[in-house]
Amino acid sequence: MDVFSTQNVVKKYDNYLALDQVSIKVRSNTIFGLLGPNGAGKTSLIRIINQITGPDSGALFFNGQTLRPEHIEKIGYLPEERGLYKKMEVGEQALYLARLKGLSRYDAAKRLKIWFEKMEITSWWNKKIEELSKGMQQKVQFVVTVLHEPELLILDEPFSGFDPINANMIKNEILELKNKGTSIIFSTHNMASVEELCDDIALLNKSRIILEGSVKEIKKDYSTHTYKIDFSGNIVAFTNAIWTGFELLDKHSDGNLNHATVRLLNQNTPNQLLEAIIPHVMVNGLQEVIPSMNDIFIARVNNEKIELNANLTE
Amino acid sequence: MSKIFIIIQREYLSRVKKKSFLVMTILGPLLFIGLIFAQFWIKMIPEEKQNILVIDESNLFIGKLENTANHAFKYSQNAVETELQSLYKGNNNVLLYIPENIIESQKIQLYYKKQPGIGLQEYISSVIGKKLEEFKLVASGIKPEQLKATQTKLVVTTTKVEKSGELEKKDNEIMMVVGFLAGLLIYFFVFLYGSQVMRGVIEEKTSRIVEVIISSVKPFQLMMGKIIGIALVGLTQFVLWIVLSAVGIGISSSMLAKNEIEKIKTEQTFKNNVPQNSAFKDLENQQKAEIMDSFFNQINWPVMLFSFLFYFMGGYLLYAGLFAAIGAAVDSEADTQQFMMPITIPLIFSFVMAQNVMTNPESALSFWLSVFPLTSPVIMMVRIPFGVPYFDLAISMIALILGFLAVTWLSAKIYRTGILMYGKKSSYRELWKWLFYKP
Repeated sequence: MDVFSTQNVVKKYDNYLALDQVSIKVRSNTIFGLLGPNGAGKTSLIRIINQITGPDSGALFFNGQTLRPEHIEKIGYLPEERGLYKKMEVGEQALYLARLKGLSRYDAAKRLKIWFEKMEITSWWNKKIEELSKGMQQKVQFVVTVLHEPELLILDEPFSGFDPINANMIKNEILELKNKGTSIIFSTHNMASVEELCDDIALLNKSRIILEGSVKEIKKDYSTHTYKIDFSGNIVAFTNAIWTGFELLDKHSDGNLNHATVRLLNQNTPNQLLEAIIPHVMVNGLQEVIPSMNDIFIARVNNEKIELNANLTE
Repeated sequence: MSKIFIIIQREYLSRVKKKSFLVMTILGPLLFIGLIFAQFWIKMIPEEKQNILVIDESNLFIGKLENTANHAFKYSQNAVETELQSLYKGNNNVLLYIPENIIESQKIQLYYKKQPGIGLQEYISSVIGKKLEEFKLVASGIKPEQLKATQTKLVVTTTKVEKSGELEKKDNEIMMVVGFLAGLLIYFFVFLYGSQVMRGVIEEKTSRIVEVIISSVKPFQLMMGKIIGIALVGLTQFVLWIVLSAVGIGISSSMLAKNEIEKIKTEQTFKNNVPQNSAFKDLENQQKAEIMDSFFNQINWPVMLFSFLFYFMGGYLLYAGLFAAIGAAVDSEADTQQFMMPITIPLIFSFVMAQNVMTNPESALSFWLSVFPLTSPVIMMVRIPFGVPYFDLAISMIALILGFLAVTWLSAKIYRTGILMYGKKSSYRELWKWLFYKP
């Protein structure tokens, strides 16, 4: 069941096409990564999902129904550009924003108390936002975003501005929300967190979706058939052994141990690689080189073949 | 609870709770009362005592200039040059030189160490002028009493003839004052609270909270919530000012009553040199009574007060949308200047035209200016004390309501797009395009 989906969404500004036939599906109870370089159209799409702006054409569905204004109360949004009223007190401000999301003052106060205790920020209730550090403001903003217990949570770069400890705290909160049944659209440039958190992704580039699917499937599709081999023995013999059917991408040696990166050609299997080299050298280890989301991202955006630079030096 | 109400509540409370609101609310009437006080006070400050040495070569004035509380006259027969040289030796502040041919030349000369007040110059000029007039009268054989008997002060009463044949007496001056003050108040209210709307929008835009809010409510709700909230702040402040001023004036006038008597006394001594006959005084009292009468009876106060409230609010609401649109179009208050023209020009124009309307309240120009929504709030208030046909008033009010709807509709479109445009220098061309963006 999809909690949210779009069909062929198009958005134009002046003569600039911000979104071109964009269709995404956010499965219930998953984290959906919305990726793309700056200016790809992520913010335009997120604003349309939040009904801040509307699409020129295309359809949007929330829980199978056409997206309507009242669905706003079931969506939580943490924009990339954070902001709160600087002169307003923390508690009062949180209450205000929660009431705008449809909570009653009483419910909002009750939930805020629980969240503030959880985030260890209870003592800030009467402080003005401008008296807090950037990281502290971010915490308040995160609480405000999730307070009305949205079914769909849209987080735009949620970790920016947090130190590693607080970033981890937020990460755990996000996972906990997912466990409780919240679906999350997660927009970020941080590919490590995409691999860690996301179930599905969509990659936007120049207003179009150029890649979508589950992270696992995508990584499988982008398998480069490349293996790293550690061995001891004669390098020349090794090179000769893989002369046909394989391509030697890189080799180096540190004392007794040699390392080589080899790509399988002609649908050869890792077993065949081993069969070819075992008679000539002593194999210490064999490991598949898996492309990172980062590599896939860069490769797809630049429309190039996967370069494995990042992994070769590991 | 409706969301726009939550917004109005925040906009209102966050401003009313501010210290600056409290300070302004108390300071406003204090300043007002202070100004009134200061006027009396300044009048009561005694001028520095002036010792005036008179060298009168014409011999007409020797011993004839009367000493007053502030002025002491002494006379000298020495030449001007010698007395000028010794001016700093004695305690004389001023040297008054009257040449021999004063009657023909009509010129006298004041020498001073320190600039004497305008009061001294006026005093000397009026005393010597009067004496000269008397000399001339006597020289041409007219007695001063004869002249006084011929002095005339003409009173013009203006009366409007209604279609029905009814006659209505009008005192134009008092109406001018009342209308102008009402227009002035509206003018200030629009600027003062309109710019608060603008600053509020800029604050939300620069702090980026606007994106959070409009993911919960429609931009229009946020804009109208802010405009209405600030209108209520303005009304609150206005009502508090009136109440506090009334209380303050009540207290201070009872305190002033005592001083008032003294003030009248000093005025009397001042006027002693210009004696008036009793017929004049009666006339003056009668005029005062007429002014009071026209203030209370000739102005249609129910219409005046209702219209004031209507144009006070209507004018603000009309312009507040424009202020909000400007706030949305810029990234900081410093950039607002280029877009202020559409607001300042009609407002200042209506203020300039108010002078014309006061003198010709029923001209065609006055009519159109009081119907056109951008000028009507100020201009209509200037016209109303003179009496405005209900038909004109109705057209003007309907036009203002329609104008408000149109301006707010356009402003909302600019606002909606502008609040999400960060770090982009906008131009009028850009704003024009925003009008046609789809939401």
